[in-house]
Amino acid sequence: MKLAYWMYAGPAHIGTLRVATSFKNVHAIMHAPIGDDYFNVMRSMLERERDFTPVTTSVVDRHVLARGSQEKVVDNITRKDSEEHPDLIVLTPTCTSSILQEDLQNFVERASIEAQADVLLADVNHYRVNELQASDRTLEQIVHYYIDKARKQGNLAESKTEQPSVNIIGISTLGFHNQHDCTELKRLMADLGITVNTVIPEGASVHELKNLPKAWFNLVPYREIGLMAARYLEQEFGTPYIDITPMGVVETARCIRRIQEVINAQGGEVDYEDFINEQTLHVSQAAWFSRSIDCQNLTGKKAVVFGDSTHAAAMTKILAREMGIHVVWAGTYCKYDAEWFKEQVSEYCDELLITDDHTQIADAIARVEPSAIFGTQMERHVGKRLNIPCGVIAAPIHIQNFPIGYKPFLGYEGTNQLVDLIYNSFTLGMEDHLLEIFGGHDTKEVITKGISAGSDLGWNKEAQAELNKVPGFVRGKVKRNTEKFARERGLNEITLEVMYAAKEAVGA
Amino acid sequence: MTVAAEPQGLNFECETGNYHTFCPISCVAWLYQKIEDSFFLVIGTKTCGYFLQNAMGVMIFAEPRYAMAELEEGDISAQLNDYEELKRLCLQIKRDRNPSVIVWIGTCTTEIIKMDLEGLAPRLESEIGIPIVTARANGLDYAFTQGEDTVLAAMAARCPEKAPMVEGEKKEKNAIASLLNFGKKKEDIATEESEYVKHPPLVLFGSLPDPVVTNLTLELKKQGIKVSGWLPSKRYTELPVLEEGYYVSGVNPFLSRTATTLMRRRKCKLIGAPFPIGPDGTRAWIEKICSVFNIEPKGLDEREAQIWASVEDYVKLLRGKSVFLMGDNLLEISLARFLIRCGMTCPEIGIPYMDKRYQAAELALLEKTCHEMGVPTPRIVEKPDNYNQIQRIHELHPDLVITGMAHANPLEARGINTKWSVEFTFAQIHGFTNTRDILELVTRPLRRNNNLKDLGWDKLVKEEAKV
Repeated sequence: MKLAYWMYAGPAHIGTLRVATSFKNVHAIMHAPIGDDYFNVMRSMLERERDFTPVTTSVVDRHVLARGSQEKVVDNITRKDSEEHPDLIVLTPTCTSSILQEDLQNFVERASIEAQADVLLADVNHYRVNELQASDRTLEQIVHYYIDKARKQGNLAESKTEQPSVNIIGISTLGFHNQHDCTELKRLMADLGITVNTVIPEGASVHELKNLPKAWFNLVPYREIGLMAARYLEQEFGTPYIDITPMGVVETARCIRRIQEVINAQGGEVDYEDFINEQTLHVSQAAWFSRSIDCQNLTGKKAVVFGDSTHAAAMTKILAREMGIHVVWAGTYCKYDAEWFKEQVSEYCDELLITDDHTQIADAIARVEPSAIFGTQMERHVGKRLNIPCGVIAAPIHIQNFPIGYKPFLGYEGTNQLVDLIYNSFTLGMEDHLLEIFGGHDTKEVITKGISAGSDLGWNKEAQAELNKVPGFVRGKVKRNTEKFARERGLNEITLEVMYAAKEAVGA
Repeated sequence: MTVAAEPQGLNFECETGNYHTFCPISCVAWLYQKIEDSFFLVIGTKTCGYFLQNAMGVMIFAEPRYAMAELEEGDISAQLNDYEELKRLCLQIKRDRNPSVIVWIGTCTTEIIKMDLEGLAPRLESEIGIPIVTARANGLDYAFTQGEDTVLAAMAARCPEKAPMVEGEKKEKNAIASLLNFGKKKEDIATEESEYVKHPPLVLFGSLPDPVVTNLTLELKKQGIKVSGWLPSKRYTELPVLEEGYYVSGVNPFLSRTATTLMRRRKCKLIGAPFPIGPDGTRAWIEKICSVFNIEPKGLDEREAQIWASVEDYVKLLRGKSVFLMGDNLLEISLARFLIRCGMTCPEIGIPYMDKRYQAAELALLEKTCHEMGVPTPRIVEKPDNYNQIQRIHELHPDLVITGMAHANPLEARGINTKWSVEFTFAQIHGFTNTRDILELVTRPLRRNNNLKDLGWDKLVKEEAKV
């Protein structure tokens, strides 16, 4: 047992559901008790999704405990099949169902005889993998399944496209700025004259999967989701994959150069050097920013970085290599991928922190006292407590991290967004600091506070105590309205009764 | 088919139980805030933790007095000793927070692996010297607000049996009163006592925010009724005395286990009344309590009329409109009854679980309200099936759907107004005074529509949902 207040990566089934619901016309059925369908709420709220989340539950209740699921799971699969006609139904085990050890594979086999849809059991172990690992695994599983199926049916696309083309693998629902990154990557590919063959899983149909081998190469922008599928495709079809995240100026250039290599190795004749040069010097503002006086002021400032492997590693490199900022420590909660992370960032920071214990991270922040933090929502709150500004760079995230405006982290536009994010975090901190030194913007004492200033009305003890219970941000309004109410009725003491009467009369 | 024993006209159905609701462990969110000296330990998996973390949003960052005891593979396969593991964590909690009570919340996993929390608690309690209350608030058996019910039912067993006698006042008959008045002057007590009618002690149960507690207590005081205590109170150390023969009354519709426990184990007498939600409900609640104590209620007519008059601007928006409750928090019957009184029609009330005995008075009031307002009685669907409900919503096109967040945005995109049901659980909705707050919530989508009308943007999906 572990005492835990907060976790960075969710449970395995969340990863499976993220991948399943990213595809078009794929339905997931969770084998879970009532209340475990919280994924639907998150998707509907955070992504502001207009459509019903294609996830239902085959409910595990007392009867299931006593007698097993029996026909229930099969019935639920066939029912969903006839109601929604999905292409694929993914039966998703949860922590509860993994302990029950029912033969879910058997249900899947039985259901797939009756159902029009394909039926798959997500092959993830709840107690061994987390959300990110599970999503990687599920994506590979689905790709594998449809490649096999196409092969059996003899309609697998074997030949490459005429022009250089790419599969972008790993864009998913509830991923950090994934939608914007996807647009930016497509734009980048268009600029490079590369056709996008497919994007998976987001927005893809499972019918497109048989076309995956047509691409010249696969691009896996995020470390967490897509690598397993890319490796599988390399092994089956020899399709090379590129796992350099194009985040930051230097890494974007590195990614593009690698694309150039891969294409030229297959008989293409491309030279992207001019493009990289033009973008770096004149389109993206990031290179120019690093020369500007603004950025000079950031030289040697202390920062700490924490997040998933992809974003924390990229951010560390940008801060250290492109802006001259002193990264005291960089860390990730992807403990299973610690080796890779170490290798990526060791030379760009003093110290590494590989943990998923948020208290340890908070202590490390307090100890270092950086001028800015780049982390998850959790680190933002630590920053609030310690009065240190924080830029959010990775999940776990809140609704404000699903902006409607165009905010990619990847590609050349991404480098611009990152400049803003980094610069705004630091200047805010500086401004605060200056204010403290000079004792605030306005050192003259305020004499009147407008209409809410002192009153001639007495509040008795109970009423005053009750008023203090009112949340701070409306207390002033409640006080004003209650006093106005009392004054109009010629009352000179405010009691609990008066307060309630005022609330009833004027909504105070 | 009508059954004579049941409230005539109400139609009860039961569907598949495939509906969306919060897991009952969510009750820690409001209970740890209510019981200030408590610590809630949820013994479960990452799934439970992930739910709490996301459902509670910003609360998580405020150093909450709750945590997960996250079960690992070794706990599931019994390679680790439950007792030793729990002892280690509880000692850590004692050291860091020093609470007056630790509440263990059992989850689906502890049920399945049959971890004997009720058996372990008393042993550990005596070993570490902190009371440990066990509540099995799991998704196998319960929905959302029923979590509070399981916790309060467990707390009911911990309420003191006898009021401790205060030195020198042993002759005083009402010992609890002397306890509450401890420290006050004799004369003060006398004048205070004279404000109340003589009646047997009354304890109310249900967790409400303190301002609402004060408000309802005051409401009863106006009728000369004294509230001897609340289950739960602000602190665990202040749990009310429950002697045999005390009267109890529930303030929320989801507290049937607590009610049963109070009756059977503590030999209290339950006053079955409609719940004080909406001015009609509040009035009926007070009247019922008064009738049990043979008190003639004073001024309730005017009081109710006054409230209705003060919210007429909101009620006007609702009159003649229809509301569909998909069901997820058990407040549905009371809310529907209030909204029908406001002039709405209601084709369907979904509800996770319907205790016809505990809610009898509320159901009777619902039926009476329907007759008085001249509207058809709603169908009451227990354990609803959300998929079927959405088909019915498409057919009926109600003016308002009260539903969980999983369906709210998709329905809005299809031009159907929704109100997120969870807000009713967290907002202050009890008593005369909070009538406006309920209406504020209910009318919000309708007021939004008035603001945005004529824009022609009410349907925002390309293809309709497949039927």
